[in-house]
Amino acid sequence: MKRKWYDYLWIAELSYWVLGLCNILFAWLGVLFFFIPLLMAAIGGNKIYCNRYCGRGQLLGLLGRKLSRNAPPPRFLRSYWFRGGFLAFFMVMFGLMLHSTYRVFSGAPLRQTVTLLWMFRLPWQWADVEMVAPWVAQFAFGFFGVMMTSTVLGLLTMVLFRPRSWCVYCPMGTMTQGICKLRQGKEDVTCGGKG
Amino acid sequence: MAVSLKLAQVGRECVACGSCLRVCPRGAIHIRSGVTAQIDSGACVGCGRCAKICPADVITIVQRGAGE
Repeated sequence: MKRKWYDYLWIAELSYWVLGLCNILFAWLGVLFFFIPLLMAAIGGNKIYCNRYCGRGQLLGLLGRKLSRNAPPPRFLRSYWFRGGFLAFFMVMFGLMLHSTYRVFSGAPLRQTVTLLWMFRLPWQWADVEMVAPWVAQFAFGFFGVMMTSTVLGLLTMVLFRPRSWCVYCPMGTMTQGICKLRQGKEDVTCGGKG
Repeated sequence: MAVSLKLAQVGRECVACGSCLRVCPRGAIHIRSGVTAQIDSGACVGCGRCAKICPADVITIVQRGAGE
């Protein structure tokens, strides 16, 4: 099959990590990875971002060719309860990250650490963030931690199960599918009403 | 061409990630409304590539007529 430009978006994912490790402020670019899928689902009523444009999914697919055990994942991973629960947990942790950003905005001192897997605080003292407001830097540290945590989970489940196992419980995928289901439900109701 | 006796079938817990789209040699799969993968039974040859790649393990290969 002839490759298209969007088949190379895994390079964008890799670039994000390289840029973010060089300067934590590039973590802000990750906000795009949050909003674009949601906008596409809300406007287009589809998961084309996951299906076509997700650089992380592509990267996991590529790495998984060599590194994955290709074992079937446990059933609970695809259950609505687990996916919904993981989304809720992720959103709570995201909310806490926003709260710490707000605290720094209100005058609390900046914490130059990246939190991995919600527990491990990695020191990130080398980052030069003096050119921006402390809350801007705090958001970058927090957001980079969120991205790093999800990537580590994605890599772990890639090795243990199938290459794109992360896609099964990815909070963005769960949200976009939820939006599509809501839209489809509305359309069904509208069509039913007309019929 | 002879019709394959096998066919892919998608379970209810499909997450619509689209991994199967990339490996289907016949382009027999599409994602319906961002909710689930859907197999074109006329085009599917039951090769099983989609079932092997599916990260949610919700695609099974069945005999035609058994679960259509």
